[in-house]
Amino acid sequence: MKYAYFPGCSLESTGKEFGESTRLVAEALGLELVEIPDWNCCGATSGHALDHTLSIALPARNLGIAEKMGLDVMAPCAACYNRMRSAEVELRENAKLREEINSNLEDPVLGKSTVRSALEVLASPESLSRIGERVRKNLAGLRPACYYGCLLIRPPKVLGFDDPEDPKSLDEAMKAIGAEPVDWYFKNECCGASFGVAKSEIVVKLVGDIISNAKKHGANCIVTACPLCMTNLEMRQAEASKQRHENLTMPVFYFTELIGLALEVPGVRKCFASHLVDVNPVLDLIDRNLISTART
Amino acid sequence: MTINATHSASGSDCSALSFGDPTFRDEIRIICGENVLSCYQCGECTAGCPVAFAMDIAPNQVMRMVQVGMRDEVLGSSAIWLCAGCETCRTRCPKGVGLSKVMDACRQIAVQSGIKAKEPNILKFHEEFLKEIARNGRVHEMSLVAFYKLRSKRFFDDMLSGTQMFLKGKLGLIPSRVKRVAEVRKLFKLSANR
Repeated sequence: MKYAYFPGCSLESTGKEFGESTRLVAEALGLELVEIPDWNCCGATSGHALDHTLSIALPARNLGIAEKMGLDVMAPCAACYNRMRSAEVELRENAKLREEINSNLEDPVLGKSTVRSALEVLASPESLSRIGERVRKNLAGLRPACYYGCLLIRPPKVLGFDDPEDPKSLDEAMKAIGAEPVDWYFKNECCGASFGVAKSEIVVKLVGDIISNAKKHGANCIVTACPLCMTNLEMRQAEASKQRHENLTMPVFYFTELIGLALEVPGVRKCFASHLVDVNPVLDLIDRNLISTART
Repeated sequence: MTINATHSASGSDCSALSFGDPTFRDEIRIICGENVLSCYQCGECTAGCPVAFAMDIAPNQVMRMVQVGMRDEVLGSSAIWLCAGCETCRTRCPKGVGLSKVMDACRQIAVQSGIKAKEPNILKFHEEFLKEIARNGRVHEMSLVAFYKLRSKRFFDDMLSGTQMFLKGKLGLIPSRVKRVAEVRKLFKLSANR
């Protein structure tokens, strides 16, 4: 399989481990990712928050280039995926807007390419069986709270992926590498997203609710597929702990990092160094578990 | 304030409502395509909203006020700025109304009409975000935060975690730029003229 790869702005910066681990895992599974040449920002939250036309027009330029490549798009970031897919659907339905936008584009959108998230691609039944065959290190002892957040699963009429109220794809991916995901209540709650900068008190409250619930249900880490969720969950743990008088320190992983770890993909361990919350306690636990299972 | 309204039997026909600006809901429909008259006030949106606790008017109240044309009250509210766009309300609405899209449209109308944002820093953040795209075609996160801090004068927020991120190599110094950035700027022009 070959995809037009859309990294987006975050995966070059705050979410660079997500980009790196996605590329490494895709390569290990035989998925070819060709970066969309000269891609532009999808507009993210700010685009649709202030200007509806712009929120469709910005992703349209990337869709047009991908169509010229003759490929479907894979966008790992939840916001990029959601905005690109929303644009894809609206451009298909609204011919007038499509014409107006196309007249400003070098590569027009004809509606041939579709957009998928990295989670959608890597948690497909084919990918999961391929992952299962290639596991070299069983992640037993890892009890992740699989956190889907908002934009990978909502709105279902636009995305058409997983169950918006009880999503399972991330849990399935974790089971495929031997981890034991916990049942918990906050898997599809919002982390506060882009308010991390301008209204951080909201994010502190929401992050506190999320991590506290994950802990209550016996999780020893959180797994995400969104760079904004990662930033908020890592960055606001300390403040949330203070606010709730509760120790809410918890390592957070991208699901691609853990798949890479289980497949022993060379280079994937480098990703862990750029985490803001130390992930070593959990990695040590997995290693200890492996040693004890080897002995018995 | 009392609402002098005659309710129809179905409870969803607000065309008989007699006060406020009846063109407000049409304005919204033109921007985002949502028909607010479908709402029958079940409250599902407010029940699931993760940010309702911080809003001055609850999401279902925003909907009702849009129906009856309370334009100034809605556009001057903090609620339209505090909506995080998580799409929970749109997913759960039994009448299939996209309240998140209505919130988007309200923000757009507020900015176009020059109404002062009740959450000015959120507006500043969004504006700086879009300026980044107009400048380079992409968002350079380090510049975005720097410009936002200059405008909001919140210089010392998150200094520690920002420094930590920089040291971890997550905030590069050099922005990456789209080559055909003129094409991106054309899209801004199209949106502004529409």
